[in-house]
Amino acid sequence: MSTSTTVRTEPVEVPRSTHERASTGSARTGVVVPLVIRTTPLSQAALLIALALTALAATLPFWGESSWLREFVEIACYFIFAMMWNLLAGYGGMVSIGQQAFFGFGGYLMLTLGNFAGINPFVAVPLAALAAAAIAVPVSWVAFRLQGGYFAIGTWVIAEVFRLSFANISALGGGSGTSLTALRGIERVTRERTTYWIALACVVAAIALVYLFLRSKQGLALLAIRDNEVAAESQGIPVRRIKLAVYVVAAFGAGLAGALYFVGNLRISPDAAFSVNWTAFAIFMVVIGGIGRIEGPLVGATIFWALNRFFSDYGSWYLMGLGLLAIVVTMFFKQGLWGWLQQRHGWVLFPTGRRLSP
Amino acid sequence: MTETLIQGLLLGGLYCLFALGQSLMFGVMRLTNTAQGDFIVLGAFGAIALASLVELHPALIALVLLPVAFGAGYLLQRHVLNTTLGRDPLPSLVVTFGLAIVIQNALLEVFSADPRSLDSAGINTRSVVVGDLAVGLLPLIVFGVALAATAALQLLFNRTALGRSFRAVSDDREIAELMGLDAKRVYAFATGIAFMLILVAGVLQAMRTTVSPSDGPLLLLFAFEAVIIGGMGSFWGSFAGAMVLGVTQQIGFRLDPGWGIWFGHLVFLAVLVVRPQGLFPRTRG
Repeated sequence: MSTSTTVRTEPVEVPRSTHERASTGSARTGVVVPLVIRTTPLSQAALLIALALTALAATLPFWGESSWLREFVEIACYFIFAMMWNLLAGYGGMVSIGQQAFFGFGGYLMLTLGNFAGINPFVAVPLAALAAAAIAVPVSWVAFRLQGGYFAIGTWVIAEVFRLSFANISALGGGSGTSLTALRGIERVTRERTTYWIALACVVAAIALVYLFLRSKQGLALLAIRDNEVAAESQGIPVRRIKLAVYVVAAFGAGLAGALYFVGNLRISPDAAFSVNWTAFAIFMVVIGGIGRIEGPLVGATIFWALNRFFSDYGSWYLMGLGLLAIVVTMFFKQGLWGWLQQRHGWVLFPTGRRLSP
Repeated sequence: MTETLIQGLLLGGLYCLFALGQSLMFGVMRLTNTAQGDFIVLGAFGAIALASLVELHPALIALVLLPVAFGAGYLLQRHVLNTTLGRDPLPSLVVTFGLAIVIQNALLEVFSADPRSLDSAGINTRSVVVGDLAVGLLPLIVFGVALAATAALQLLFNRTALGRSFRAVSDDREIAELMGLDAKRVYAFATGIAFMLILVAGVLQAMRTTVSPSDGPLLLLFAFEAVIIGGMGSFWGSFAGAMVLGVTQQIGFRLDPGWGIWFGHLVFLAVLVVRPQGLFPRTRG
């Protein structure tokens, strides 16, 4: 987010539509008021292309192979999770290493609702995400006691508490986990297609949710908080409330990704569900793609998918490479790949700023 | 009950050694080292590797490796971590987290996933009889080292020129630099010393039990919990925090082996809610 091209209007006066007079009273006073522009030609083109791609992707089950569907569902979960981590850390300034708490919680809750409450697991996916959002509120009472680096490790401890708690519930298989039996009666093709469509819908919804949130008045307040918390507070922004809102939304997204992942995977265990690797991969994707920009996780997830496809056979060497890449990018290319492209070419696919027309 | 308490305190000695390096690095430069646990494991494996090459008493192995650890910490801070410091905690978190992943997987590649331990030259089987209790000699040594290290660190901080420069850059880096201190060099010294503590912790951990490449994150969490319970920036605070953590875990283990660590985490979270500044806070975050 380059602040130089962004005009920080008063939150109350933020125009809603694309081209709108910044102030209605100006015509009377005779002052020429510039237009507030919220899109770029590139972003409009990107929107059209994205819609076309989504429409094309929706038809994939009819012409693609079933392994593609499974692969898409998996990368979709990684992507949604990374998108939410980006919202939390890149925009909210809350660097967490414990988002796997909500991922695993979403997964386990979907499974519990499906296996024990007789709810269709596909319906249980959004319900589990809502539950993850709900549990994020009491979690925040503890987590928000810490700041900065200590917030990061504190959230990790909380995720460990989640893991150990679920590992001790014998009805859910304890430490070795259990299977999603509720989907047994459904034919494989139907199951895979439905999972795929839900995953696609979740990806689109996640992007739209974050994009629209960042373009809203609250989004502007969030950017102000990220840039300077004290200054934002002094401008009347309810810092605590907005941070909590972001934390809850990010937990919702993480829970959604977790529920979706285990609908596709059919088997859950505490070590898989609450693995810190989920957050590690999210950090990798966001940092490589470019933190604090919506394009970041998109680009990062694509790179991650490609690397995973070609190099994951190398096991620990592959993981070492990912770690090193994250270190090098953080030290020398702080803006990530998309940030670099944006600086060089001015490309913005998801403009959240407000510019004045010349 | 007395036995549980003593065992908890002795376990706390080990956690104190895990925590001191973390406490020092946070106190001097507000750096959260998420690879703390992995560096401890790396130190342990370094000692195990050296022990397999030359036959030496574990104390001598630690002595030989201490300057190596200092050098590694100094260089790491100077050339890598210093570039990540700033108001934004993200770069240092990502870099240390990346280091953690690199260390874990490098150790896995070199040493395999098998747990290993360091031959303690018979120390770990001996015990000291106090009244009607027999206490292991090694845990007592660990506790003694923790006590000595905490006292030494506090003394270094309060009484020496180096300690004064640590406090100066911690209080206000700009002013300290105006007074002629090279903050980056001071930071490098702090990390060098932290790495010596990390090495001692690693050697003792490998003597007391087994280590495997994936142990790091759990050790980090214990170190972190001890620091937070004790209060940031106070070494005796970290010592006390480690004792609290050791005792609560031991009580938890006594109640049910599956819940010991969980119980420790819960006590940590409870302290966070009731007394977020910790028991003996010094430095402000």
